Amino acid sequence: MRDRLIFTGQLVFTLLVAAFLVVPAALSIMAGVTVNYFRGIQSGVTLQWVAQVWELYADTILLSFLIAFATLGVTLAAGVPAAFALHVQGGRLSRVVEEIITLPLAIPGLAIALALLSTYGGFSDFRRSWLFILVGHVVFTMPFMVRSVMAVFSTLDIRTLDEGAASLGASPWRRFRDVIVPNAVPGILAGSLMVVTLSLGEFNLTWMLHTPLTKTLPIGLADSYASMRLEVASAYTLIFFVMIIPLLVAMQIFADKERAR
Amino acid sequence: MVPRRKGQGHHRLMPHRTFVWLCLLPLAAVTAAFFLLPMARLVVTGAEGPRGLAGYLAILVEPRYRATLNNTVLLAAASTLVTLIVATIAGMFLQRHRFPGRAVLIAMLTFPLAFPGVVVGFMIILLAGRQGLIGDVSNRLFGEKFVFAYSIYGLFLGYLYFSIPRVILTIMAAVQKLDKGLEEAARSLGASPWAVQRDVVLPALAPAFVASGAIAFATAMGAFGTAFTLATNIDVLPMLIYTEFTLAANFATSAALSVGLGIITWFILALARSFSGSAVAAAG
Amino acid sequence: MNAAAGHGASVRIENCGKTFADGTHALEPASLDIARGETLVLLGPSGCGKTTMLRIIAGLELPDAGGKVLFDGKDMTSVPIERRNVGMVFQSYALFPNMSVVENIGYGLKIRGVPRQERAARVAELVALTNITGLENRRIDQLSGGQRQRVALARAVAIRPGILLLDEPLTALDAALRERLRGELNRLLRTLGITAIYVTHDQAEAMELGDRVVVMCKGAIAQIGSPREIYFTPRTRFVAEFVGAANIIEGPLDKGYLVLPGGRQPIGGDATQPTAVAMIRPETIAIVDAAGASLSGMIDSVSFIGDRQRMVVSGASDKPITVDAPNTVEAEPGERVGLLIAPDSVRLLPQEN
Repeated sequence: MRDRLIFTGQLVFTLLVAAFLVVPAALSIMAGVTVNYFRGIQSGVTLQWVAQVWELYADTILLSFLIAFATLGVTLAAGVPAAFALHVQGGRLSRVVEEIITLPLAIPGLAIALALLSTYGGFSDFRRSWLFILVGHVVFTMPFMVRSVMAVFSTLDIRTLDEGAASLGASPWRRFRDVIVPNAVPGILAGSLMVVTLSLGEFNLTWMLHTPLTKTLPIGLADSYASMRLEVASAYTLIFFVMIIPLLVAMQIFADKERAR
Repeated sequence: MVPRRKGQGHHRLMPHRTFVWLCLLPLAAVTAAFFLLPMARLVVTGAEGPRGLAGYLAILVEPRYRATLNNTVLLAAASTLVTLIVATIAGMFLQRHRFPGRAVLIAMLTFPLAFPGVVVGFMIILLAGRQGLIGDVSNRLFGEKFVFAYSIYGLFLGYLYFSIPRVILTIMAAVQKLDKGLEEAARSLGASPWAVQRDVVLPALAPAFVASGAIAFATAMGAFGTAFTLATNIDVLPMLIYTEFTLAANFATSAALSVGLGIITWFILALARSFSGSAVAAAG
Repeated sequence: MNAAAGHGASVRIENCGKTFADGTHALEPASLDIARGETLVLLGPSGCGKTTMLRIIAGLELPDAGGKVLFDGKDMTSVPIERRNVGMVFQSYALFPNMSVVENIGYGLKIRGVPRQERAARVAELVALTNITGLENRRIDQLSGGQRQRVALARAVAIRPGILLLDEPLTALDAALRERLRGELNRLLRTLGITAIYVTHDQAEAMELGDRVVVMCKGAIAQIGSPREIYFTPRTRFVAEFVGAANIIEGPLDKGYLVLPGGRQPIGGDATQPTAVAMIRPETIAIVDAAGASLSGMIDSVSFIGDRQRMVVSGASDKPITVDAPNTVEAEPGERVGLLIAPDSVRLLPQEN
């Protein structure tokens, strides 16, 4: 009897916590598609707010995607070979390098942004382009890609595979192409999902680095929360949810599949 | 399989070395140019103010900054503590029981996992803002609108919102790894359920508490988006840095403060790593 | 591909030692000559340096200064493994998970630019040779341990290497499979006739496969010889005990006899030292009537092994003696028996401190 009470108590508690997290999100989704938030669903369902958001903020959405995929490209090109090098090298030097590379994770985005501004703020062309934001995103997301790929390498004895290919005559570049990368694909995929998700949602860095002409989606969101009516802000948030939640789900499914392997 | 003697760098391929260095080059270039150099520049900028190097101590010495620092630390600590308690109760419950709808409940508790601070701020506004749910309900019940989103209490709630998903996941993973045999042994020795929790389960979860608590704390310390969305006058360190930089153009002060903040968060996360063994991140 | 496919290259190692960065002396400077077409086995317990030596020959490790590796007289010491044209079978097989069986086998040929049709023909040849017909398009994780081993072998041999290097290829398999594959491997190596260097800690493998065996201990070579030489005339106690079961008996020598608690044992040769350490193999001891035997003792235990009986006899020497007797011998624990050993079966070992 007492067990059932405890169970029910915990269940209710957990449901309350879940409600705390879910209710505002549900409200937001609802507000984004109802004609009038205060009158609720009776006022009718509409996509006018979504359309308005698109009119006002389409460029932010597109820029966010551009930056996210550009960030992905850079982290792949620089991160995958580096993960291989760090894994194969081993030893104290590579651990130190790993530490340095993961430093951006420990430092608040604000600080990194200020650092970038103080160093490159003077190069006005660079400062005003979206490349400036790209740089910030790359610095922030790179550790995730590197760690994700290194994690795969450590479960795979990639060193012996590399030696095996070398014993068959393959040059280092050939081995990288034929053996290393194909076998790192799970880590590359997981890392890619992570990088794109983080880049799409990045705010702390981007807010400091942006200009009125280089606004990303989260910047637009902040703008709309401050100045637009609730329905528009909610519709904008809804668009963000639609973009980000499939990615989160994909990451979770991927992680579960990897754990089950 | 016969275990091999695995040494660090023992079995290295010879001409391979050049290729390996080449592999590291792009990342090294990017990190040096866009992280190490700027951070160094920031540290230097922090010492360029009227007080020079002493500007770095301002965070501890100036009463105004110290007040902000205290605020931030207290808020981060309080939200971390509450998060840990909430996540432990919910996490243990979810991990230890199977029932229909469990997967949905877990999804509901973890979907805000990678939400940016701005969105969390908006969620809090929807809950406790001027047109928020809580205000509505309290108006109907008590005739007075209960609005607190735009204050430090709203920020507190915001920290809970983005910390709970992360910490719950960590706790659930740790609970899964618990050895049930230990609890059964305690019970066989006569321990009551509460005693089992107190003497066996919670101590075993301690590393997970420390690790996830440290992440939550560090994230709360450095959180900008949430505070920004809720109000620009909430007195926490990230907002102070922001206003010093954009409104007061005190580059040196904001640089020094952000370096200070960076050191504090790095230190806390390094502590967490020594307990959990894997690199952890602050984001939000 | 300069070595004639079929008989392989000769290998010479001069003063190759290896000290690792953390100070461990994995290999003391050693020299070795391996003839074309020979199968040489490096035998020893883990940590004895046999794998290090193999990796130096392969080109995966550089020997310490002064060490040289020569293939057919040509100095290969600074040539990386990619250009040594060796075939290597790794202990964990190192099969590429992202490729199918035929893609794995053909990989070395692909690197060498062999045209597709020729490649396919050669791969088919090897699939037949290693008995893995039917598995061509499987992925690596769908193969059993024995099948993987064969694929690894096929892959290494496909490129017609001058030298085949095998690093404990059978260790990862269970005992029954190991014994069966040992025979197959032996036949394959004889058929191919190339120079092969085989590393193992299993003495039965070494005996069956090796033309010559190099017994190694703690980074140094303890003895080199044919399997028979190693077995019947070990040079040190370590070799004697590592290669097969051995009774090590110590005692004073008196006019060609080893004086023991249970009697006397005649020994061949003309050793004149006052005391001796002798090795006697269990299967060279015959159980006879105690009456009239110059050496006798009491049976402690009799264990039925299957193809023979293992008896432990105490009292003959200061330590119990292990005797492998045929199943026709009838003896019970507690019985007094005589031990008949031919003088030639007693091998004297150097005194070691």
